[in-house]
Amino acid sequence: MLKQTRISLALAGLSLFAAGAAQAQVIKIDGSSTVYPITEAVAEEFQKAKKNAVKVTVGISGTGGGFKKFCRGETDFANASRPITAKEMEDCKAAGVQYVEMPVAFDALTVVINPKNSFLKQVTVEEMKKLWEPAAQGQITKWNQVNPAWPDAPVKLFGAGADSGTFEYFTEAMVGKAKSSRGDYTASEDDNVLVQGVSRDVNAIGYFGYAYYAENTGKLKALPIVNPKTGKAVEPSAASVENGTYQPLSRPIFVYVKAASLDKPEVKEFVEFYMKNAATLTKEVKYVPLPAAAYTGNLEHVSKKKFGTVFGGKNEIGVTIDELMKREAKL
Amino acid sequence: MQANPNDKQAQIRALIARGKLKDALFAALGIICLGIGLVVIFALVADMAVKGAARFNLDFFLNFASRRATQAGILSAWVGSLLVMLVTALTAVPLGVAAGLYLEEYAKRNWITEVIEINITNLAAVPSIVYGLLALGIFVYTFGFGQSILSAGLTLALLILPIVIVSTREAIRSIPAMIREGSMAVGATRWQTCRYHIIPYAMPGILTGVIIGLARAIGETAPIITIGALTFIAFLPPVPFSELADGTRAGLFDWVMSPFTVMPIQIFNWTSRPDPAFEVNAAAAGFVLMAMVLTMNAIAIWLRYRLRKNIKW
Repeated sequence: MLKQTRISLALAGLSLFAAGAAQAQVIKIDGSSTVYPITEAVAEEFQKAKKNAVKVTVGISGTGGGFKKFCRGETDFANASRPITAKEMEDCKAAGVQYVEMPVAFDALTVVINPKNSFLKQVTVEEMKKLWEPAAQGQITKWNQVNPAWPDAPVKLFGAGADSGTFEYFTEAMVGKAKSSRGDYTASEDDNVLVQGVSRDVNAIGYFGYAYYAENTGKLKALPIVNPKTGKAVEPSAASVENGTYQPLSRPIFVYVKAASLDKPEVKEFVEFYMKNAATLTKEVKYVPLPAAAYTGNLEHVSKKKFGTVFGGKNEIGVTIDELMKREAKL
Repeated sequence: MQANPNDKQAQIRALIARGKLKDALFAALGIICLGIGLVVIFALVADMAVKGAARFNLDFFLNFASRRATQAGILSAWVGSLLVMLVTALTAVPLGVAAGLYLEEYAKRNWITEVIEINITNLAAVPSIVYGLLALGIFVYTFGFGQSILSAGLTLALLILPIVIVSTREAIRSIPAMIREGSMAVGATRWQTCRYHIIPYAMPGILTGVIIGLARAIGETAPIITIGALTFIAFLPPVPFSELADGTRAGLFDWVMSPFTVMPIQIFNWTSRPDPAFEVNAAAAGFVLMAMVLTMNAIAIWLRYRLRKNIKW
């Protein structure tokens, strides 16, 4: 009996000591692998600028995993490749976690094909839907089934794994419903696997973030997507994302900061550093930076304590930089 | 009909020749099989060494992770791996050895011990991710250890505990019964027998098991990812009694609560990056991890040899 009390006392002591040590000056960030390169670059430069007086850690547990930790109050920032969902907003609210939403860059989801592929010049959203929708599973196996002008060649599909924000956005933009996709394709969370797969097969098609295409332009060709509004085929590039013509596959990516953490001077300083350097650093890691007004707008939201999201818990398709800016201004 | 003695001799010679041929064939087959195994492992190590050669310099070991491949190093990863292994060894060895010793020397042979034995053997085959999920619930949240070196060390300790227990028992079993009987005959208690005979004599076997377990643990990725090891971390755990940024001094055990990363996670992160230059880093880090594992195995062999020399029955 006495022994048992002693053991539980010891355990309680251990956990107390754990709680105490966790309060050290560490800025904790977790979430999307898509946003990771940007936040990592900022964290690296910030620690250099502060001569390592402030510690920053960045983890990769996916947008959903990042929000789970964020809404439990475990992390200071959440990296997110899509806006916060209604479910996550509830979780955050239940735990009393308020946040500032900060768009940091635009990404162009890129549809890639083998450079030797001669029949694919452009593709429409309808054709992509025909190719990727759940009903296509086991049915659409030849290119000429999608478009009679294409040859009688086998279709080889490569795409993102089901847990990623990329998968969610792509299916919503192309098939019309998030996470609704055929299952008989090569799925990988590791985009390099997809790069290798498409670069080795003439009849292959795949999709992932622009950065992976930009680093592998010798092995892959980006397929122009027909913009459903204008009817013109547009190739992904910084320019076509900025002028809003590469749609519906360009998407904003975000960093969310916990309101309570902003009271800590080092966190506030980190946010300021992030917004000041975001434009140069996003370009360096091959994303499309936002106009300068977006970053100053984010800082304004922080200083005026404007909490919440401008997306209302929905993942929207086809938001251009202009629209995003207008919405952020209204908050 | 009388057989010609020369014929008989020839028959025997032919029989021997056939036997020798089969012998040689089997030896050749054995060498080929051994060769395949060795060539594969040699090719892997050599491939990593060649691909990663450009990064083998002091900076690679002393730099933190970076977005620039040529400046990125493995400092936080190898320090993290070593510290996690330290916690793992300090936990798994006393627990595992004591459990093995109890099962072999003290426990009564009945159905309960049978069930325990079967379960321990089964535990050794449980996929490591399951330990990760268990640890996430128990260590990270219930005990509040967070995503720390302590959580990771304890998780890996659970993972290798069955290996330590099983190898401890095997080592104890190989000690002849006469040693025990002799010790008891001169009036030693069971504990004295264990303390002065069983444990020292079983030590070489136990150590081998421990190091094989640790070598497995150092390469584990799944449970460490589950409990939340980080990908970007550009600082080291606090050195005991060193001065911290806020002017206070670090406690003796502050490092166990520090966030961390380990070698396999660093390698995994580098292989999944868009920039192909990171593949060089991944190969170099892979080679370093192999070298760490081989060094641990070498230490095991050396310790076994040293300890065996001291046993005089």
